[in-house]
Amino acid sequence: MADSNTTAFEQPTHFAFDAESEAEIEKILARYPAGKQASAVIPLLWLVQRQMQRQTDSAWLPIAGMDATARRLAMPPIRVYEVATFYLMFNTHPVGRYHLQVCTTTPCWLCGSDAIVQACKNATGIAAFGETSADGMFTMTEVECLGACVNAPILQVDDDFYEDMNADRTKQLLDALRRGERPKPGSVTGRQTSAPEGGPNTLTTLQFTPGE
Amino acid sequence: MLKDQDRIFTNLYGIYDPMLQGARSRGDWDGTKAILEKGRDAIVDEVKASGLRGRGGAGFPTGLKWSFMPKQSDRPCYLIVNADESEPGTCKDRDIIRHDPHKLIEGCLVAGFAMGACAAYIYIRGEFYNESLVLQAAIDEAYAAGLIGKNACGSGYDYDVFLHRGAGAYICGEETGLLESLEGKKGMPRLKPPFPAAVGLYGCPSTVNNVESIAVAPTIMRRGAAWFNALGRPRNSGPKVFCISGHVNKPCNVEEELGIPLRELIERYAGGVRGGWDNLQAVIPGGASVPLLPKSICDDVLMDFDSLKDVKSGLGTAAVIVMDKSTDVIKAIARLSKFYMHESCGQCTPCREGTGWMWRVMTRMVEGRAEPAEIDTLEQVTRQVEGHTICALGDAAAWPIQGLIRHFRPVMEARIAAYKARGGTPMRMAAE
Repeated sequence: MADSNTTAFEQPTHFAFDAESEAEIEKILARYPAGKQASAVIPLLWLVQRQMQRQTDSAWLPIAGMDATARRLAMPPIRVYEVATFYLMFNTHPVGRYHLQVCTTTPCWLCGSDAIVQACKNATGIAAFGETSADGMFTMTEVECLGACVNAPILQVDDDFYEDMNADRTKQLLDALRRGERPKPGSVTGRQTSAPEGGPNTLTTLQFTPGE
Repeated sequence: MLKDQDRIFTNLYGIYDPMLQGARSRGDWDGTKAILEKGRDAIVDEVKASGLRGRGGAGFPTGLKWSFMPKQSDRPCYLIVNADESEPGTCKDRDIIRHDPHKLIEGCLVAGFAMGACAAYIYIRGEFYNESLVLQAAIDEAYAAGLIGKNACGSGYDYDVFLHRGAGAYICGEETGLLESLEGKKGMPRLKPPFPAAVGLYGCPSTVNNVESIAVAPTIMRRGAAWFNALGRPRNSGPKVFCISGHVNKPCNVEEELGIPLRELIERYAGGVRGGWDNLQAVIPGGASVPLLPKSICDDVLMDFDSLKDVKSGLGTAAVIVMDKSTDVIKAIARLSKFYMHESCGQCTPCREGTGWMWRVMTRMVEGRAEPAEIDTLEQVTRQVEGHTICALGDAAAWPIQGLIRHFRPVMEARIAAYKARGGTPMRMAAE
């Protein structure tokens, strides 16, 4: 669950899946055996959070959305609340338009994640994890290992990983987001994914169809 | 050194097309029907003979694990692929998923067939959203090409592959926590026995395997157990994807033979330790859960399951986290204690209370605001958490601290002495 956020906010009284979500629900339910539709609770909560982002510019899970999920899956609402609050990525509070998720676990910390946190604070005016900037643009959350450690430090913005970050690149990224741009995710230094800087030193003798 | 032609993950860095056409050009889905025609037992025997040990951390023999599945079952059987890669330092499965997804999907079919499963569920961590899009696209391609689904690869065998994305919880990488999560619950691990092979997903026989363990299976079947077994060292066979992060000049992922010396791995592939080998302080050789090693051991230790066990650490996920002499090693381990506190599911008291206690004491150790005798108290508490919980998260929280005390006790004592010398007042002993 996200860090406690003391800012008052309103719970919407109503939530209904829109057509885009409904089309996804059909596909999701087909993955699980008859009678086991509770398995779809995490995928459906993802749909709620994504739909909230589409409709309100804030990716979060209102209680009405959890209740709609419970009704759709014939689950007691409490079972859905349990899931919604257990998993870190579900936001039970509204978040800013951009969700800055800074990894500070040891591999990122060794590579300078403290500077990323500071750069995010400087660029947004946010004072601490869990807060949303005054303009509503950014929420900053401390997250645990994102699983991209050879490209540390990592700043995850919504769904995208920005890798090999430093303070300057963080500022540039946040400036671009403010302008409404979405820079290409991945290594911001132009490095080939997880290969060493300067290019691979293995797999150099093989030739296959190049990717796009 | 592993030759390029012996590397399994030939698109590790995503230079080539990850999708079906590109995958076929790299040899995936070649003669899959013929592999299945060898029969269930032949596949299990071949994987057993290859000596493949699970790549997710525990190193349990993969073929043996498959053989625990029932020969006959009136209930459906499932293969569950653990793609909840969350062990700090580890980022190998991510590359397999986004750059070589067809190796994983073909592996799902081969392994699932060998254990009599009707379907595979791939549980991918929530943060891997973009990776999940690639994998889902690859699954869709495989269905469209008749490689999975009804009459998979023309074998007469019906087999489904489903992708299920989590939502951010390290504990779901524990196999029974994963099953709970997949069933739509909080990811709280189950008591074993019964083991998943008897009572797993939806109460049905299930086997949970790591992404890399599954993705190497088709290559083992094509090239043979003898080829795989000839790589690496006895009882530690095959190539393995290593992740080298932290204070090295060129952090990277690389596939190498098990048993490669740690120093060679770092110097040949990752550009060496920042400031040179003599600037090395410590290495965590297998992901956050395994005890760290001081430079004196790093000088000549080999990177395989048994060699690292002999020095009281472990290969784990083969995620090598390098710390040079500038590192505050106490703080590095304290941050891991915070990680385990955050990720404890809260089910077992020793872990729920112990991870928080250990983190609070470690925070004081970072400052030196402690008594030297508290180092022993801390060590004792780790022993009271270790082995007293349902799952291994309690052990994983204890081991890094034990490693720190084993190898860096003088550093901790010096920190305490420095704090006292500054005139700081220590807290009462273990007053958390």
